[in-house]
Amino acid sequence: MLTRAYQHSLRGSHLPAGQPLLEVDNVSLRFGGVKALSDISITVTEGDVHAIIGPNGAGKSSLLNCISGLYHPQEGEIRLRTAVAAGPEAAVGEAEDSGRPTGEVRTHTLTKLPPYKIARLGVARSFQNIELFAHMTVLENLMLGRHIHMKKSVLASMLWFGPARNQEIEHRHLVEEVIDLLQLQAVRNKPVGALAYGIQKRVELGRALCLQPALLLLDEPMAGMNAEEKEDMARYILDVHELAHVSVVLIEHDMNVVMDISDRVSVLDFGRLIADGTPDEVKADPAVIEAYLGAEEESDRG
Amino acid sequence: MSNFINQLAYGLADGSILALAALGFVLIYKATGVINFAQGEFLLVGAYMFYTAFVVLQLPLVLAVVFGVVVATIIGVLVERLILRPMVGENPISIIMVTIGLSMFMKAVVQAFYGTTPKSQPAILPRSSVEFLGATIPLNRLLAIVIAAVVLTAFTIFFRRSRHGVAMRAVADDQQAAMTMGISVRRIFAMAWALAAVSALIAGVLLGDISAVDQNIAAFGLMVFPVVILGGLDSVPGTIVGGLTIGLLHQFTAAYWDAGLAGVVPYIALVLILLVRPYGIFGETRIERV
Repeated sequence: MLTRAYQHSLRGSHLPAGQPLLEVDNVSLRFGGVKALSDISITVTEGDVHAIIGPNGAGKSSLLNCISGLYHPQEGEIRLRTAVAAGPEAAVGEAEDSGRPTGEVRTHTLTKLPPYKIARLGVARSFQNIELFAHMTVLENLMLGRHIHMKKSVLASMLWFGPARNQEIEHRHLVEEVIDLLQLQAVRNKPVGALAYGIQKRVELGRALCLQPALLLLDEPMAGMNAEEKEDMARYILDVHELAHVSVVLIEHDMNVVMDISDRVSVLDFGRLIADGTPDEVKADPAVIEAYLGAEEESDRG
Repeated sequence: MSNFINQLAYGLADGSILALAALGFVLIYKATGVINFAQGEFLLVGAYMFYTAFVVLQLPLVLAVVFGVVVATIIGVLVERLILRPMVGENPISIIMVTIGLSMFMKAVVQAFYGTTPKSQPAILPRSSVEFLGATIPLNRLLAIVIAAVVLTAFTIFFRRSRHGVAMRAVADDQQAAMTMGISVRRIFAMAWALAAVSALIAGVLLGDISAVDQNIAAFGLMVFPVVILGGLDSVPGTIVGGLTIGLLHQFTAAYWDAGLAGVVPYIALVLILLVRPYGIFGETRIERV
């Protein structure tokens, strides 16, 4: 349900729904002798909420870090497909792409790129242990999400009035829409460090959304929350998906939470992919049941 | 009374130049975590670069300033790229040793090219003086305060408002998150060194004009340590308060007590502050979790 008319699309991808957006191709990651990921292949489809689940230490965060460029896998390749925007759909501040035909699909290999270049391609993320700019306000954190869409020149940005000012106002519009969507109005001008944990998690989601991501990576957005907060967060993620049509890759430790909101689920255990399919298929998979029951017993003892 | 006002003007002028020098130091520490012991030598090199453009090459004042800023930027970026980037991830003591080595190198290069005798440079700021409450205050000191205030304000606005300034604060706050916002941390590091070199250049040129272009500029630059310890290693407003305080303390001690003692007083203050408030007045108290 659309509660108000949003002027800006928060979705940064222009691929048609149903096409492969992200391809993880035989990725292996080692830390010294420890194999964190072995031969992982996953395809994320445009328009999906794709959950990656698994017990603690299964390699979920490592995989996410490989996608966003914080880790570089020794083997395999991760590719992101992007399409050129049609005129009116172009993101705020994005230069009009002249010359290139609308809808042209390009494939980028993420595996060798530094994190900031991957972010500029439209991959936004949140972290398991909140990584916000604690000394800044909520608004400043969200405006930083607009960084990649702002003009480049150092000198132009020093003259904060005139064109730079207009640009800022335009970005502020989009940021306010994100604030609306995630109901952060009341804390807009509060320093982030002083906010409650659950709200910080929401601000982090908002900051990632402000990038107008082609792909949103969420690392345990519900970790450390009680049942009610988890439900709220699930609601926000669904809003982001349904209202803003952003493709989401979601890591979750708790299997039950994600089954309801995901279109597709991949299960990792000890760095291997043990199942990949719709939530129902995955739920019925004997390997998944075994991995999870094992993990449950362990955590019961701990 | 007139003597007091005179000393006040001298102290504030020294203090605002110190604040500029300390600004560069804080910039580098905040953005990159490096404690730069070569900050005084950046002042020295800045002053000599300007001298080269203005006196040796006979460039007009504006062009000489532009020349100085360009060269300072290049030196800042090169130092970051060639000397400090390979040190990323090394332990802090090694990095400090490298910046101490850098300070000796820079001083030696300046001596090799220009010798150790003071250089005379035509006055940039007017040498006349103004009467104020019975005191005769040299105009160049007042203008030095004004210039330093303008530069410090410009830097503050840059950090608060501009896209790159905000990106620098973001890197200082959380490097990993900054990277995933599409900010190139390497570019920010280079920018921090370049801006630090430029602020040191301005401080060096002002100092050269109100005193002389010689090796003492580096010694003056060493006083950034009491300044940043007082203001807080990572605080931009702290540099202003710290700079003015140390400048006044130095000047008043020289005027009313003992000129020899004045050279030591800032460092006595440094030790006292470390005993009482190790994070400085505005510094962020870091709680280490082990």
